[in-house]
Amino acid sequence: MAPSAAVATPPPKAPRRRTASPRRLPYLLIAPAGLLMLGFIAYPVISVFYYSLRHYNVTKPWRNGFAGLDNFTRIFTEDDQFWPTLGFSAQWVFTQVALQLALGLALALIVNQSFIGRGISRAMVFSPWAVSGVLTSTIWILLYNSSTGFSRYLADAGIGEYGTSVLSDTGTVFWAATVSELWRGVPFFAILILADLQSVSKELYEAASVDGAGRLRQFFHITLPHLRDAIVLATLLRGVWEFNNVDLLYTLTGGGPAGETTTLPLYVANTGIEGHDFGYASALTTVAFVILLFCSILYLRLSKFGGDRK
Amino acid sequence: MTVVLTAKDSAASSRPGHGAQPPSARRRTGRGRPFDEVPRWQIYLPLGVYLLFTLIPFYWMLLFAVRPAGSTSPVPWPMTGEHFSKVWNERSFAVFFQNSMIVGVATLIATTLVALAGGYALARFDFRIKGAFMLALLCSQFIPGALMLVPLFEIFKNLQMINSLGSVVIAETVFQLPLSIILISGFIKNVPVTLEEAAWVDGCSRLKAFRAVVLPLLRPGLIAVGSFAFVHSWNHFLFALMFLSEQDKQTIPVGLNTLIGADSVDLGALAAGGVIAAVPVVIVFAFIQKWLITGFSAGAVKG
Repeated sequence: MAPSAAVATPPPKAPRRRTASPRRLPYLLIAPAGLLMLGFIAYPVISVFYYSLRHYNVTKPWRNGFAGLDNFTRIFTEDDQFWPTLGFSAQWVFTQVALQLALGLALALIVNQSFIGRGISRAMVFSPWAVSGVLTSTIWILLYNSSTGFSRYLADAGIGEYGTSVLSDTGTVFWAATVSELWRGVPFFAILILADLQSVSKELYEAASVDGAGRLRQFFHITLPHLRDAIVLATLLRGVWEFNNVDLLYTLTGGGPAGETTTLPLYVANTGIEGHDFGYASALTTVAFVILLFCSILYLRLSKFGGDRK
Repeated sequence: MTVVLTAKDSAASSRPGHGAQPPSARRRTGRGRPFDEVPRWQIYLPLGVYLLFTLIPFYWMLLFAVRPAGSTSPVPWPMTGEHFSKVWNERSFAVFFQNSMIVGVATLIATTLVALAGGYALARFDFRIKGAFMLALLCSQFIPGALMLVPLFEIFKNLQMINSLGSVVIAETVFQLPLSIILISGFIKNVPVTLEEAAWVDGCSRLKAFRAVVLPLLRPGLIAVGSFAFVHSWNHFLFALMFLSEQDKQTIPVGLNTLIGADSVDLGALAAGGVIAAVPVVIVFAFIQKWLITGFSAGAVKG
């Protein structure tokens, strides 16, 4: 273990500076994390790139072998599912991030005020954060159920119709899935933004208020600029997460109806795991990775993350 | 006391003293902070609406879990435990629960220890590959875990760890590490290095100084990171689905998914399974949500 190395060579006599410690200590400390990441992140990533250049299909072993760029030309020229799934991914990520940010910011501003019952309200509105994609699906399947779900009571009250499931209708499935993902996604934003809100100096507001700035102006001139980096980071992380994560859509809609809610990663999972076409799935993965990396870098550039702020 | 507030004064004193408030602010000093006082209804109305949106789904799940099969009552009465005993005994949720607990606790311990070591190195040392290591941590955030299933599956097959909970623990730990290390190094940076140096001068070894001085101050951060790891691994679905094919090795999310996928969906059983899945994480969350916020404000945002 790394710490025992530190015990073995303590610097008891000359402990004045950090440099007095053994040179190897930082390497020993990052070794466990580094080795785990090399073995279980770096190596798999390289394997994915390698597989993407091969025919690798468990059900057609006679074709397996080097493929060159065959898999990639297939993506862009033959595959009529690639562009629709990419389009849905973009729509899904954009809707989620925009709405989660708006609602999360509003929620954070509200629970940052002091009022009676603040602690318990915070605990309650943040609680879906702890809920998984599969559990979110479970809950919303119960709510959306056409015969015994919440829609029945709405129909009884004259809103909507009996017997239609919002999850099997291509017109409603997008918003049905969106609402359930928002339910557990908004707390993430609210928690991150609230954390940053608490470090805004109250004196700034006091000074602004003395100078006659209203609450709206205080929000746009103090709060929002202060939150900028946190918002950029949170939207980026969440965007990547919403793009990559398949739990909710896999269990809530299964990508249906009629492939209407299939994101690119869900398509990859279906191709690789159910279709056993690992080579092609790896090529799709590589394309998804490049798109994600490109969008992230572009976003960080455009938003001037970590740049000057007043 | 009347104060003549010139333009120069207001610019110079960003922090008005007790007597130096302008008349308009002074009128409202009776309760709370005078400056950003928000009308109560602007807090309670939107909060109430949002609370309904948050809580109705939970209520709905509880309702389905406790009311008898076939009932359409909107209140959980009369109550029955039939769905719980069914999923717990017949649908092996007792086994799933135990497996999820093992995975969650093991991931928590492994992630916290490994990230603590790595975070300390990043926070307190300059070393040659530091920049590369940081870059690797950040880049790993963009790699879709779902898309690495195939190579990960092959690795665990070669290690003969398919159908062993260890494979899921390793995979969960690895994917928790980057964020955990970044968070923890942020927390450690917030502990003044002079505190540690003072302990060294007093004759403490590096490890002893760390344990006595730094570790106690890290507690909120470690709780945030550890609970994050627990909740994530408790919830995560794909690794368990892929690496554990035997039913008695499965975890709760996979068990839930089989209930969803059942031909004739038994909504009562599904709801009861959902409650069993939710209880541990909601309890963990209720205890840690305060630390979570301080944890983030100390680590993520500044670090």
